[in-house]
Amino acid sequence: MSNSNLTRRGLLKTGAIAGAGLAVPTYLSADGHAYTNAPQGATVTLGFNVPQSGPYADEGADELRAYELAVEHLNGGGDGGLLNTFSSKALKGNGILGKKVEYVTGDTQTKSDAARASAKSMIEKDGAVMITGGSSSGVAVAVQALCQEAGVIFMAGLTHSNDTTGKDKRANGFRHFFNSYMSGAALAPVLAANYGTDRKAYHLTADYNWGYTTEEAVRSSTEALGWETVNAVKTPLTQTDFSSYIAPVLQSGADVLVLNHYGGNMVNSLTNAVQFGLRDKLVNDKNFEIVVPLYSRLMAKGAGANVKGIFGSTNWHWSLTDEGSKAFVKSFGTKYGFPPSQAAHTCYVQALLYADACERAGTFNPCGVGEALEGFEFDGMGNGKTLYRAEDHQCFKDVLVVKGKENPTSEFDLLEVVEVTPVEQVTYAPDHPQVAGGSLGTCNPGA
Amino acid sequence: MDAIVLQILNGLDKGSAYALIALGLTLIFGTLGVVNFAHGALFMIGAFCAVTLSRILNWSYTVIDESQTDFLGNPLKVDVPYVHDWFGVQTGDTIIDWAVPLSIIFSIPVMIAIGVIMERGLIKHFYKRPHADQILVTFGLAIVLQEIIKYYYGANPIPTPAPEAFAGSYDFGAMLGFDANTIIYPYWRLVYFAFAAVIIGAVFAFLQFTTFGMVVRAGMADRETVGLLGINIDKRFTIMFGIAAAVAGLAGVMYAPINSPNYHMGMDFLVLSFVVVVVGGMGSLPGAVLAGFLLGILESFASMSIVLEFIPGINQIIIYLVAIIILLTRPRGLMGRKGVMED
Repeated sequence: MSNSNLTRRGLLKTGAIAGAGLAVPTYLSADGHAYTNAPQGATVTLGFNVPQSGPYADEGADELRAYELAVEHLNGGGDGGLLNTFSSKALKGNGILGKKVEYVTGDTQTKSDAARASAKSMIEKDGAVMITGGSSSGVAVAVQALCQEAGVIFMAGLTHSNDTTGKDKRANGFRHFFNSYMSGAALAPVLAANYGTDRKAYHLTADYNWGYTTEEAVRSSTEALGWETVNAVKTPLTQTDFSSYIAPVLQSGADVLVLNHYGGNMVNSLTNAVQFGLRDKLVNDKNFEIVVPLYSRLMAKGAGANVKGIFGSTNWHWSLTDEGSKAFVKSFGTKYGFPPSQAAHTCYVQALLYADACERAGTFNPCGVGEALEGFEFDGMGNGKTLYRAEDHQCFKDVLVVKGKENPTSEFDLLEVVEVTPVEQVTYAPDHPQVAGGSLGTCNPGA
Repeated sequence: MDAIVLQILNGLDKGSAYALIALGLTLIFGTLGVVNFAHGALFMIGAFCAVTLSRILNWSYTVIDESQTDFLGNPLKVDVPYVHDWFGVQTGDTIIDWAVPLSIIFSIPVMIAIGVIMERGLIKHFYKRPHADQILVTFGLAIVLQEIIKYYYGANPIPTPAPEAFAGSYDFGAMLGFDANTIIYPYWRLVYFAFAAVIIGAVFAFLQFTTFGMVVRAGMADRETVGLLGINIDKRFTIMFGIAAAVAGLAGVMYAPINSPNYHMGMDFLVLSFVVVVVGGMGSLPGAVLAGFLLGILESFASMSIVLEFIPGINQIIIYLVAIIILLTRPRGLMGRKGVMED
């Protein structure tokens, strides 16, 4: 005779509890244990990994200003900035989940190895629960992979390559910034409307991942509208003088030059192209034109008057008049005396989105934060209605097509917005050929 | 054919910059026996002399323009350069427009002073040290100099345009009987080439036809004997260091409109210039100039798309490939002398 206490009712009760336990999101079960750098005291530490030295140091400085402003606003200081216009009202200005926000900084140097080392140091030595920032896709992909292994969230800064949320996407990584596909999709109709559909394009492309994805995006978008690509030449990333690449452009019969360059490459190639007088030439009975797919204000400043009248795309611009943009420009401009760059904007927004996700999830556990961000729709952050798509952790929002301003009133007034391309026009399927490959995998809470 | 002419022009232009920097490097090596890895930084400082003079000429006071607003909605602050008040708007704008050519005058004393201070303050302590020590200390100095520039001017490139009179390009195609627009070349790059030729010629003339130059050449050949004749060769070599710094600086000043100056531009040229010096032959001034132009032209040809179709990536390695071939066949470089860097 068995002495077992097992009863039908007891079995059902145990099964129900076990089932409920299994059904609870992974982050809640992990919360009982631990996750990497779970905040213990009254503070939570964020890691701002930006280029503080190297060629993008000025952009990094602007990112850091934005993060400092975000921390001030999260802790209830200043005028609150975008907390006032953000559609989610989870943030109360009392830190994150009641913990005062503190931060540490790292210097990416815009080198993948250095960026990983500084991120690792912030995670392991300083206890950062989230890493954010950067001005390069190579760095973003490298740091994103590190954060995935370490079990912390990575909120990417300025990274435009399709691969960041394409073949190199990770469950712990999230990008607010737009990408190459979106630039091509937004730019092509504007280029066709302004320059016509019968155009011959010559591409100069920086010889690295971002250059390839941008060339592919602009080529496919413009060719779909009737343009012909007569040549595409890779230029070394270390190239400073582009004369030998630009000189043959006119001989090719092209009447448009597309410069798939960023940073110093773009400043130099555009300056060289204008010096060669390309824009003064008439080819195929059309004015010769130059296009820069990805603009930044700091690059435009470096290229000076050469940007006048040249089309490109950008993630955000301080001249936007929606309430979110106005609030951010006011906060940033009042504190620092000049308007923020797009890099500053995306970093500030990423910091707030992370904090908001923690509040909504009720935890700092990366799996909880990730689930709160996936599929999250929001507004009031300066880009109109935005979706953090669950399938690839890419934000989908309107994209700006801009043009170098003819008569700037200040050193910051270099670009003018010529079109706000609606989000529907730049949205693509998660398995689109330009972003195909890779998989998010599963979130890693770490410890 | 038109593509070949175009790439020769390009090569001569690139070669001008390589030759000017390599000439200064060779002068320093030939006189002082120092391998100066800070020479690229001198080129960069030269470019920033143009930036600095441009900023001085643009020195402004602020007036409030009530009719316009800034990004915060406040009345717009407009900068008015003092030269407008002093010389009138039109003359003032012309002076500002000519900032780069005017920087030639500004940069010569500045660069000579920097060169002399560098030599007396640091490099002279490493004359008798191994070349490896010299390379380390001058490379460290280069990093210090570029970080100082970055601190004051930022990391972003600073546009420093040529005078409006030199905007645009010359149509060689039409002149040589080719189709219009097939061989165009910017006026300022043609000016750069001519300027480099003048500077190179002036340095050679100085060394060849002046007493000072004769003593320096004698010192380069046999420093000890010249010293025994009671001539203070060290002092002359110090002056030569200053002159070499000025040559690098002038190359940088005139390069500023070609590519917006940034703190890192010296490093971009440094390695290539060393290859030029080695290919030309250590210590050989004509060799440095010859190799500068030769490698400049080769680099331009390697960037042609028809060449890249056959040999992808050749544009990134051509200079080093040629350097290897030349050093294998002529270990002392094109015009190197026996005994230099061989002890």
